[in-house]
Amino acid sequence: MSNHNYVPSSKLGKWFNDRLPLLTLSAHLKEYPTPKNLNYWWTFGGILTFCLITQIITGVVLGMHYVAHADFAFDSVEHIMRDVNYGWLIRYVHANGASMFFLAVYIHIFRALYYGSYKSPREVIWIIGMIIYLLMMMTAFMGYVLPWGQMSFWGATVITNLFSAIPFFGEGITNWLWGGYAVDKPTLTRFFSLHYLLPFLILGLVILHIWALHVPGNNNPIGIELKKPSKDTVPFHPYIVIKDLFALLLFLIVFAFFVFYSPNILGHSDNYIEANPMVTPAHIVPEWYLLPFYAILRSVPDKLLGVVAMFASIFILVVLPWLDTSKIRSAIFRPIYKQLYWILVLDVIILGYMGAMPAEGTYLLIARAATAYYFIHFLIILPILGKKEKTLPVPPNITDPVLGGSSNPQMVKKKEKYI
Amino acid sequence: MSDEKKVQRRDFIFTASYALGAVGVGAAVWPLIDQMNPDRSVKALASTEVDISSLEPGKSITVLWRGKPVFIKRRTPEEIAEARDVSVENLPHPEKDEDRAKNPEWLVMLGICTHLGCVPLGDKGEYNGWFCPCHGSHYDTSGRIRKGPAPKNLEIPKYEFVNSNTIKIG
Ligand code: HEM
Ligand code: FES
Repeated sequence: MSNHNYVPSSKLGKWFNDRLPLLTLSAHLKEYPTPKNLNYWWTFGGILTFCLITQIITGVVLGMHYVAHADFAFDSVEHIMRDVNYGWLIRYVHANGASMFFLAVYIHIFRALYYGSYKSPREVIWIIGMIIYLLMMMTAFMGYVLPWGQMSFWGATVITNLFSAIPFFGEGITNWLWGGYAVDKPTLTRFFSLHYLLPFLILGLVILHIWALHVPGNNNPIGIELKKPSKDTVPFHPYIVIKDLFALLLFLIVFAFFVFYSPNILGHSDNYIEANPMVTPAHIVPEWYLLPFYAILRSVPDKLLGVVAMFASIFILVVLPWLDTSKIRSAIFRPIYKQLYWILVLDVIILGYMGAMPAEGTYLLIARAATAYYFIHFLIILPILGKKEKTLPVPPNITDPVLGGSSNPQMVKKKEKYI
Repeated sequence: MSDEKKVQRRDFIFTASYALGAVGVGAAVWPLIDQMNPDRSVKALASTEVDISSLEPGKSITVLWRGKPVFIKRRTPEEIAEARDVSVENLPHPEKDEDRAKNPEWLVMLGICTHLGCVPLGDKGEYNGWFCPCHGSHYDTSGRIRKGPAPKNLEIPKYEFVNSNTIKIG
């Protein structure tokens, strides 16, 4: 960490900073030394912060017009869409914003998987990130229940029923979650209360996430430890700030495309039918960002084991820093891991697709194979590969190989790969 | 003071105050947890009476009881025969049809798939009973699970015939 002895230039600034060192903090954030070879995959942290703030602002506004009661919720959302000034815009930004949030978080997570950012000394950053991801899923799930359409109701029913798989306590737990004997009025009001609360918990965790990041500093595409500050780093402001803003602009184009041109494409039309506890829609699917886990759940024919497999697929990521035994971080220097990485990406996409298809016939077989491969990748391949793989030579720093001063001529030939 | 570990009066005081503190925290937290359990007004909706006089054989109706759908099916003789003509030992959840339908013509059960809670569709599936579209569970004409991820037969709620035209559920 830099700049603990920062002194503000103005007298007032000094007076304030002596009492609450916010100016020291902002100086630290400005000068925070950042690897100069960060690529665009590193801009998603900033994009995610933007998404969270957007959800909070639009959410608080929706909360001013939304009525959290099973008899009025559906109509109040239609009221937001038709009567409230710009209500349609705010709701579409909030609903599509959730999807954009998950798009960004998946890119952010797969970035970490490729460049080995979860490895020592960044395990705590990674684990906090996983907690944020879990809370995001809970928040989005409960948000999706609020409009009280058919998908809201039956999605809530299926997901809360996951807990009924727990031996002995299952029924008690589901009744406790529902506040009744089925998803009903009390369920909706408590989901609204928690949907309001969780994003602020996420905000707190984001602060811890960044704090933990600023202890070792950023990882970088070639995954080596850097001297900071040095010729390998640049100050966060203006270099990274501008790059992040530019990336955010591109991201906003995609965001705006969904909001203005196809605001319902990521949703499900059944959710424009009011909840009916007597009829389940023919084909219930969760939102796209939960599909891979849903596919894992359904690919196991036993109820309890299906639920266990689904939670295990997330928990496995939490312990990933200890499953991957390789000391080399970046996939650039791990020729075999690099290929397996892309196979994993494909595997997760296949799982997502299978989660949207009916669980029968060939779909089910493919989903089973993809589920098995997911676990094999993390539990068997990664621990063994880290010990066996012949990695490529890693450059000593960022700058020298680029300028041709490397002691390792092999790296000079490949320089375009890691700048 | 000597180095040897001796239980002292102070240790006792520490342990006692931790224990008391834990009890106090527990007592404060329990109301916060229990408030989420089904409340008195929900529990009060304990029973529903249903008029079944207009139900033809082979037809069924769905009524809501405690927020849950309940199927009331008037079975045809073929359906009853099919349900009783099964060797119970080989079922995933062995139950005799005689134990599930006291009056063989009337099958009363919760319309909630024992997998993850969807409402199964009637007259569907490989066993001519119910089929759950959510993850593909097949139930027979007695509502017993025959194929698919659901672990149990459709649950039979407490019910009684008030008279020949009325069923009281709950
Ligand atoms: C982590 C941040 C958040 C995420 C991922 C999120 C996600 C969602 C989702 C997916 C929906 C359903 C959209 C639809 O189909 O209509 C929703 C609805 C809603 N959210 Fe959020 N939300 C977040 C933060 C907030 C916050 C901070 C509030 C503040 C009160 C809020 C208030 C609401 C309200 C009132 C609705 C119901 C209106 C509607 O359905 O459009 N949300 N949220
Ligand atoms: S809820 Fe019926 S099969 Fe899953």
